[in-house]
Amino acid sequence: MDSSSVFANIVRAPEDAILGVTVAYNKDSSPDKLNLGVGAYRTEEGKPLVLKVVRRAEQMLVNDNSRVKEYLPIVGLADFNKLSAKLIFGADSPAIQENRVTTVQCLSGTGSLRVGAEFLARHYHQLTIYIPNPTWGNHTKIFGLAGLSVKAYRYYDPATRGLDFQGLLEDLGAAPSGSIVLLHACAHNPTGVDPTIEQWEQIRQLMRSKGLLPFFDSAYQGFASGNLDADAGSVRMFVADGGECLAAQSYAKNMGLYGERVGALSIVCKTADVASRVESQLKLVIRPMYSNPPIHGASIVATILKDRDMYNEWTVELKAMADRIISMRQQLFDSLSARGTPGDWSHIIKQIGMFTFTGLNTKQVAFMTKEYHIYMTSDGRISMAGLSSRTVPHLTEAIHAAVTRVD
Amino acid sequence: MESLSTKEKTSKDCNGDSVFENVVRAPDVPVYAVMVAYSKDPSPVKLNLGIGVYRTEDGKPHVLNVVRRVEKLLLDDVSATKEYLPITGMAEFNKLSAQLVFGADSPAIKENRVTTVQCLAGCGSLRTGADFLAKHYHQHTVYLSQPTYGNHPNFFLAAGLTLKTYRYYDPITRGLDFQGMLDDLGSAPSGAIVLFQVCSHNPTGVDPTLHQWEQIRQLVRSKGLLPFFDNAYQGIVSGSLDMDVQSVRMFVTDGGECLVAHSYSKIMGLYGERVGALSIVCKTADVASRVESQLKLVIRPIYSNPPIHGAAIVTAILKDREMFDEWTVELKAMINRIIHLRQQLLDALRDRGTPGDWSHITKQVGMYTFSGLNAEQVAFMAEEYHIYMSSDGRINMAGLSAKTVPYLADAIHSAVTRNV
Repeated sequence: MDSSSVFANIVRAPEDAILGVTVAYNKDSSPDKLNLGVGAYRTEEGKPLVLKVVRRAEQMLVNDNSRVKEYLPIVGLADFNKLSAKLIFGADSPAIQENRVTTVQCLSGTGSLRVGAEFLARHYHQLTIYIPNPTWGNHTKIFGLAGLSVKAYRYYDPATRGLDFQGLLEDLGAAPSGSIVLLHACAHNPTGVDPTIEQWEQIRQLMRSKGLLPFFDSAYQGFASGNLDADAGSVRMFVADGGECLAAQSYAKNMGLYGERVGALSIVCKTADVASRVESQLKLVIRPMYSNPPIHGASIVATILKDRDMYNEWTVELKAMADRIISMRQQLFDSLSARGTPGDWSHIIKQIGMFTFTGLNTKQVAFMTKEYHIYMTSDGRISMAGLSSRTVPHLTEAIHAAVTRVD
Repeated sequence: MESLSTKEKTSKDCNGDSVFENVVRAPDVPVYAVMVAYSKDPSPVKLNLGIGVYRTEDGKPHVLNVVRRVEKLLLDDVSATKEYLPITGMAEFNKLSAQLVFGADSPAIKENRVTTVQCLAGCGSLRTGADFLAKHYHQHTVYLSQPTYGNHPNFFLAAGLTLKTYRYYDPITRGLDFQGMLDDLGSAPSGAIVLFQVCSHNPTGVDPTLHQWEQIRQLVRSKGLLPFFDNAYQGIVSGSLDMDVQSVRMFVTDGGECLVAHSYSKIMGLYGERVGALSIVCKTADVASRVESQLKLVIRPIYSNPPIHGAAIVTAILKDREMFDEWTVELKAMINRIIHLRQQLLDALRDRGTPGDWSHITKQVGMYTFSGLNAEQVAFMAEEYHIYMSSDGRINMAGLSAKTVPYLADAIHSAVTRNV
């Protein structure tokens, strides 16, 4: 058994840019440390939250001795799929009623995006996808590895800390006909900058006129405004016009089911027959990945969505989370204003959803981590969900110091 | 300007065919087609022997008592959260899984030469391993046994690897074509990846003896072939968790490298929870650590991190002495039922004087019997007797019961003796 490892030349991969933040945070022994990296909700006490309605649903499921652990179909739990489609497209959506939507259970948002991308790489004629600049760090890898060519469209304007709408329209306008376009349904990650309804309508018209194929990433439905229907407005606009699109849905944040990996990929097609054929091909993508998806998380979701009481209970808890985040925005803004920190910080209350794109540069971020034990991604994105009234002052101090001492 | 009606607006904005108009309807996966046919059959005596899951004597799906117990205990733990697991999964789950497969006293584990990552059952573990090898290993050919589990080729093809087969099953003896196996592996290019099933070979039920495994090991090591083990039935052959993985442990004891895809689907009845692990045994701890960092890059763009629930169940059972013992008792009971059924079926065929040698029924091990029935006979049994199995003649013994053995024996007898 001489000879070296057959893997001797393998290079050590760097830590994931986002998940690596938590790794670094865990290693830090400072009592003042603050994790504003990964987008996971925290209570006012800084604790992870399992929704009460989720615990209730789990109790019901686990105590039901008639439940079994048989393999789900390749496309997942049928109830879950139907209810997920209704959640995002609206229960009265004609597309659903006309059976033009195929929905398959996938592993949260990541899994839904990957399955959709692999499907497109095999069956769609235009293998270029346009993603907003900037976007969630994992998007590029997901689409690239699926075999799509990834290009960017202008999105964030650092000068206004808002939407570069003109740039967006120009770039999508110049895209080859038929290109795929990734759209964040709401609560854009990392910037928190969303188009207005009027802007969405212009985007829709442009895309339809050029035959661009929309691929929605919907990871924050209900988290942006606190209202599930309002937050699905962009997606529903594109379905109402009778056209086609893909939508990746995640229950990680809005039902706090993060680690149970629950999500769904929907493809809205022109006809029921196409939707049926598409579904049959989606199975061929999924089967060689992991055969069939996990039961537990999807069962929790289905239990909640199909029960009137539990659904309502969920919306109340969801709104409470969204409201707490909105209140954190206000508190941080007020705190920086009171501190007299130089700069315009109004984007903190203008941006939407879980994250604030602070505008801090990588040097300032590194400074805040080193001196103040505050962890965030190097692009200056902070998760508002990780803040509390108690920790806002610490963050304010850190930002103030970074902005006044570090270029 | 008057606003356009929805219909007008629709046709104005979205003319034309579906962009997916040319998508061809994919055929159903064969094993699912059998299930569909079975569920559509209205006959009260129908029998589903095509499944790959355990059934009780009453033909019902089976959730282990210890699993139900654990699930309730997990619920009571108010400190448990649903936070994302690390990309590589639950740390304790990984440690315990490695110990289960390699043995708690394995030097490879003690020397930190093993990286274990939680994956989506056996399938996910195989695919992750395949993706990793496609990216980082110099040889892109994978040898699969002839025959093998129907989904095996798909994982490796999807990863971009090239497939070849090695002889395995001898239809004449209904046993192992050992010479053929050695010849084919012997002529494989140096460094080729070889997929082995640790025990309870699916679909044939034919496992090499320990002596044969030793010869295989020597050949594999002399040619620098890279073994990739599929470990989906640990404990299901003999009822002993340690005995059933001796093949793998042999390959680890010699200090060499290998991959192992491990599944809790059958052995803990956790099927739909998708719990498994991929282990890569490396020459050094440093290599193992680098390999693990690269495994994360494979997993993250597929599903980011694995699901909590199933891994939490497994961890609770493996780490508690009492629950572990309870599990092994339930596992043994499942195995014994299958072993009895094998004997009952053999006896029933002998009683009927069914022509042919049916001794393979008790010689083959694990969940499946490779009956030796051909596709025509299989179709006949479905049509005339409403007994369903995969077209290669594989029968899931767990789908049988003492009550239904005579019926199956009648059907086999009929199929084998009818004039074609």
